[in-house]
Amino acid sequence: MPGKLKAKIVAGRHLPVMDRASDLTDAFVEVKFGNTTFKTDVYPKSLNPQWNSEWFKFEVDDEDLQDEPLQITVLDHDTYSANDAIGKVYIDIDPLLCSEAATVISGWLPIYDTIHGIRGEINVLVKVDLFNDLNRFRQSSCGVKFFCTTSIPRCYRAIMVHGFVEELVVNEDPEYQWIDRIRTPRASNEARQRLIFLMSGELQRKIGLKVLEMGGNAVVGYLQCFDLEGESGLVVRAIGTACTLEKISTFPATATHPSNSSPSKDMKEPVFGEEAPGVPLSSGPPTPLRAQTFSSFSPSKSYSRQSSSSDTELSLTPKTGMGSGGSAGKDAGPLKALLKQQTQSALEQREYPFFTLTVFPPGFLLHVGGVVSARSVKLLDRIHNPALGNTRSYKLLDWNSFTADEPETRDAWWEEIRQEIKSHAKSLGCHAVVGYSESTSICEEVCILSASGTAAILSSRFMQDGPLDTELRLSQQPLCVFSTGSERVEGDMGSSASLGFEEVVSPGCGFCHIPYDELNIPFPAQLTYCYCCRRYKVPDVLFTTIDLPTEASVTGKGCLIQARLCRTKKKAQGEVNATAISNLLPFLEYELHTQLMNKLKLRGMNALFGLRIQISVGETMLLGLASATGVYLTALPSPGGIQIVGKTPSDITYEQHISNMQKKINDTITKNKELYEINPPEVVEEIIGSPIPEPRQRSRLFRSHSESSDDVSEIDLSHGKKDAFVLEIDDTDAVEDIHALLTDSPTPAGFYSCNTEIMPGIQNWTSAIQMFTSVRVFRLNANLTNQGLNKIFSDLCENLLKSLYFKLRSMVPCCLCHLNFTVAIPEDELIQVAVTAVALSFDKEQTLENGKQSGEKTPIKAITENDEQLQFNLELNAETSSSSISPKGLSEVGSHPSARASSMEKASPLPEGRSRSLRSNRSYSGSSVAVVKMTPLSFIPGAKIIKYLGIINMFFIRETSSLREEGGVSGFLHTFIAEVFAMVRAHVAALGGNAVVSYSMKECVFMENPNKNQAQCLINVSGDAVIFVRESELELTSVQPQSATTQTSNGGEGT
Amino acid sequence: MSVELDVFVGNTTIMDKEVYQLWLNGYTVNDAVKVRIEGGVMEECEASAEVLLSDTMDQYRTFQMCERLLHHPAKLANQLLFQIPPDRQAMLIERYYAFDDLFVREVLGKKLSKGTKKDLDDVSTKTGITLKSCRRQFDNFKRVFKVVEELKGPLVENIRQHFLLPDQLARDYAAIVFFANNRFETGKKKLQYLTFQDFAFCAGQLINNWTLGAVDNMMEDMDVDLDKEFLQDLKDLKILITDKDLLDQHKSLVCTALRGKTNVYNEMEANFKNLSRGLVNIAAKLINAKDVRDFFIDLVEKFIEPCRSDKWTSIDMNLYLTHYTNSAHILDTFKHHAVWTRYMGVIKSCILRLYHD
Repeated sequence: MPGKLKAKIVAGRHLPVMDRASDLTDAFVEVKFGNTTFKTDVYPKSLNPQWNSEWFKFEVDDEDLQDEPLQITVLDHDTYSANDAIGKVYIDIDPLLCSEAATVISGWLPIYDTIHGIRGEINVLVKVDLFNDLNRFRQSSCGVKFFCTTSIPRCYRAIMVHGFVEELVVNEDPEYQWIDRIRTPRASNEARQRLIFLMSGELQRKIGLKVLEMGGNAVVGYLQCFDLEGESGLVVRAIGTACTLEKISTFPATATHPSNSSPSKDMKEPVFGEEAPGVPLSSGPPTPLRAQTFSSFSPSKSYSRQSSSSDTELSLTPKTGMGSGGSAGKDAGPLKALLKQQTQSALEQREYPFFTLTVFPPGFLLHVGGVVSARSVKLLDRIHNPALGNTRSYKLLDWNSFTADEPETRDAWWEEIRQEIKSHAKSLGCHAVVGYSESTSICEEVCILSASGTAAILSSRFMQDGPLDTELRLSQQPLCVFSTGSERVEGDMGSSASLGFEEVVSPGCGFCHIPYDELNIPFPAQLTYCYCCRRYKVPDVLFTTIDLPTEASVTGKGCLIQARLCRTKKKAQGEVNATAISNLLPFLEYELHTQLMNKLKLRGMNALFGLRIQISVGETMLLGLASATGVYLTALPSPGGIQIVGKTPSDITYEQHISNMQKKINDTITKNKELYEINPPEVVEEIIGSPIPEPRQRSRLFRSHSESSDDVSEIDLSHGKKDAFVLEIDDTDAVEDIHALLTDSPTPAGFYSCNTEIMPGIQNWTSAIQMFTSVRVFRLNANLTNQGLNKIFSDLCENLLKSLYFKLRSMVPCCLCHLNFTVAIPEDELIQVAVTAVALSFDKEQTLENGKQSGEKTPIKAITENDEQLQFNLELNAETSSSSISPKGLSEVGSHPSARASSMEKASPLPEGRSRSLRSNRSYSGSSVAVVKMTPLSFIPGAKIIKYLGIINMFFIRETSSLREEGGVSGFLHTFIAEVFAMVRAHVAALGGNAVVSYSMKECVFMENPNKNQAQCLINVSGDAVIFVRESELELTSVQPQSATTQTSNGGEGT
Repeated sequence: MSVELDVFVGNTTIMDKEVYQLWLNGYTVNDAVKVRIEGGVMEECEASAEVLLSDTMDQYRTFQMCERLLHHPAKLANQLLFQIPPDRQAMLIERYYAFDDLFVREVLGKKLSKGTKKDLDDVSTKTGITLKSCRRQFDNFKRVFKVVEELKGPLVENIRQHFLLPDQLARDYAAIVFFANNRFETGKKKLQYLTFQDFAFCAGQLINNWTLGAVDNMMEDMDVDLDKEFLQDLKDLKILITDKDLLDQHKSLVCTALRGKTNVYNEMEANFKNLSRGLVNIAAKLINAKDVRDFFIDLVEKFIEPCRSDKWTSIDMNLYLTHYTNSAHILDTFKHHAVWTRYMGVIKSCILRLYHD
């Protein structure tokens, strides 16, 4: 009995009219947790009821606190018939269970109905008293912090990074149960929403337990996904990285870094904490060897072709000797080898040395090998658990009993894939996989499971006992899986470890140095000496799934690069279908890779970050979309051009055609280099050290790939080994490739785009940010060829981007960051593309160029000011009594409507009686809505995150049977997305936060039936609720006396 | 091949002022796109017609979703669905409630009823304003009317507080409400030369001086109705024209004062009795609701037109009205000074405002 949950229902507002006769509503509220329900009194005849209820108290296990949401239902009392439900609010209690997160949930939350959407708001207060603090971590995993952010959260430092945690739970999907035939769509939707809430809670609790077992206290890079498998069930799975985090107690930061614009500098060693978004990239003068063009480097890719019928095929023989430290010793010297071995041994203890992080504490990421990915095609079985006969009545909480063996099947599937990833990483000479993620695509009974990451070598620093103070702590904890692994070397390596790699790694280029044995490269690649330090070998091209390391030296700016591909396939069933798909997959990936490579070269760049390849399966086609951010890494050689070669010579017009194309391509490359400011330092012809690898390398041994499972086909993704990158146009495919290459329209002036967190080369972000989601569904004609499809798909993406640029033109100069595309094939002949991103505008002063746009400066300023205004209001509401009033803020109060209204009332010479008789907003009490920022990034430019309030993980279903009346499919979805944003903002505000970081829309499943005038949509969003403070305000608080603050603070919010 | 669904939702709702205006003006999406293309936004931003269409549709949808909130502007600040910066909210409201002078002239003083709404297509053809826009403006008038009709207290202030409108716009709405409530006739041919602002000015004068709220703001009555007691008292002014002595005395006082100061002295002298009868008769009749409606027609017919045909200048007019008003106080048998001042103050400023070509 370790917890008491208390809830109080204060008031409602903007309720819908439920009684046509009186145009009013007799509302009351049911508060439910677990199986206990309380009710408020009926507040008759009002659309703005004031219940002001007592505290409803639930005495519950903390396990339930973690699993269950608090469910609030608003109803309309009806004397003669059944009470009508107005809508519901689900409140996730989890943030209240952690002492460092939120302490109370209080505020206006939208009342949501799956049929009608938002129907008014309810003001609630929720608190949790946990008894017996000592006992808190025993039965449940209360207190483990969860972060969606894929880096160490801003106000924490990492003491240990324990590693990979994963879990999945399975249940029947209520939508596919027999009872669904007789219940209303509303009941069915609510059952589903509630079930997913419960499953997410359970999943989180189970993952939390694993983290505690590992000795950690937090999960970073928590990624939770749903697989709607239809009749075979509903899977909720999650992965993350277990860490031990410590709060940086130096807040308020002003005390330690007064007006320091880049606070990260002095913290760099040995603490990883605040990493300022735009730490200037050190682009110190690199010393290149000589310009050379090489054939492609191809990150290892492999495909698993399996259908569930052949599950037993998996035969993994871990190759322990492979890629071990010894091979690299030649270059690195004994220390490095030793270090590597030691880390390796620490890592090899783990089942999966995977990390969902994409940004790392300095010194953690040593070398990057390349992208590793694995896919597998599975058939979803329709076997129903016998325990689930149709005779059984449905109970939500019963899944534990009947799905006992279900998760195991799914677990086994993922295990296969993870093993494969692990072995790929090994073949790249790497012992870890970073930037790791998993995804699925389901069509009918076929499911493609995908996993990808970046093979890497990590420093042992965060994996063994780190700083001294933690050593003590760890020794007190009996269970610490990984520290045991490293303990044996602790004696001699403990302190020298950091010294060791410090010497090895040169800042800005270290991570580019190859981790694998240069004589035994698992794939063809051209190596050169690093253009920065000239001591170690680097590949000519580097593909990764991680963010650009902050210390990396980059030349020029980056840009979004996308490869898009459509492939038709025949309609088929069962295993035939699965086989057909797995046969297509390698070709799809090969072509995506070729496109990426071509586009990268065309932009004169040599590395990809944040690579995400999404493959979506439909009944008659496969879609592939690869997105990444291209950059020019100073350490890597300059990419060669693209050379076109015709296969059928002797035709003069043909030759001319080719030379025309060649010219076009060359022009484009030159133009792009200018656009992205890629001016690598002049190449100096000098020969130092050992010469560039000689031709002998070309005849190097290819390793056998027997370590992978038998059915894995390794594909040589290289494109010949000539100096320039050669495109042979002997067939229509190649012509198409080149066409696709040249049709990507450049971003309009003043815009940059990337799918990573930050854009290299841009630093001075303003505070103007705009997060958005855009969704498009495109209907195709039947009988399209592959080329036709490709063109359409490519145009769809291009046009979507163009629309975004146009929409956001007032923010110029700006950068679209974290552009996250999701493709789906909701039904035959439909393609759905959803994008979530954030536009950040920046001051162009320091970005030189673009002098022509000086006229557009004013609108940007305006936006910034708005922001500030909004911000100011929020401050007032959130922290009524305290601080952070800038003189500027005060002067802006006047423009805020409610403030204006109230001050007017005061100023008006009218006697009290008269102004009181105004019927005006009595119920609104003059308060306006707190502003909540949302961003997919882990930070907010120009601001400091001072507190993480907990994870936001929400799942909504919306359905309509009056599609036309709601403005058609677009109107329906537009409203729904706006509602989801509103609910996220409201919940964050209720936790006391003013922003959501690392926000993502992980699922947006849209189904329509226009003939029946119906549509349904499911959306799953997540992020981290935070409190941030503007850096400018931080400085001000220390100076500004706290006066004149209370005048306008209208306590409507937050009480 | 077609785009089946296309939405864009920003955390801060993006609204383009230009598109908003086109939407308010009642343009269809396609027409709006044409206007935008002609405006050159395409070249400016390297966009295509397709992009423009998508953006316009999206914005239109946003505005439609916002429209029900705009009907109750106070809700806009309290709703959670759209995150709109305060200055944007103010812009949205102000523009939504803005109206065309051409349009308002057509319905000013008419009953804001279903019948009038049905005739809006005629108004639309006549003014060239789209029917959609006419309807919005009409509905705005009606909505404001309905809300403030039952409210106590100063009209302008009520409108401003309830609809969060800027001062000038609130005053204009007060005029519209006031005209609609008292059903002043403004559509007659003789009144066509007058602009809405002329009437709005007069409405302001009437509201500030002739309503119940004007004398005593503690009263439980409203600003929209004329002070009945005052109208009753106005009947007493009749003595100025019925009493022959008083009339002659009044005339001689005015003539003495004006002699040599104006070019239209002779015309004035000749017309004095007619003009005075005109003004006093208007005052005496105001107790009848029907005659209230004709207030402006009477002013124009009985006073402004005769003066205009005699080619009085505004200065002549000002001079005459000043002395005409002041002289009455000197008359020994005239007792109704307060009523006279209250009446003539408004009449004078109204006439001066209305006296133009």
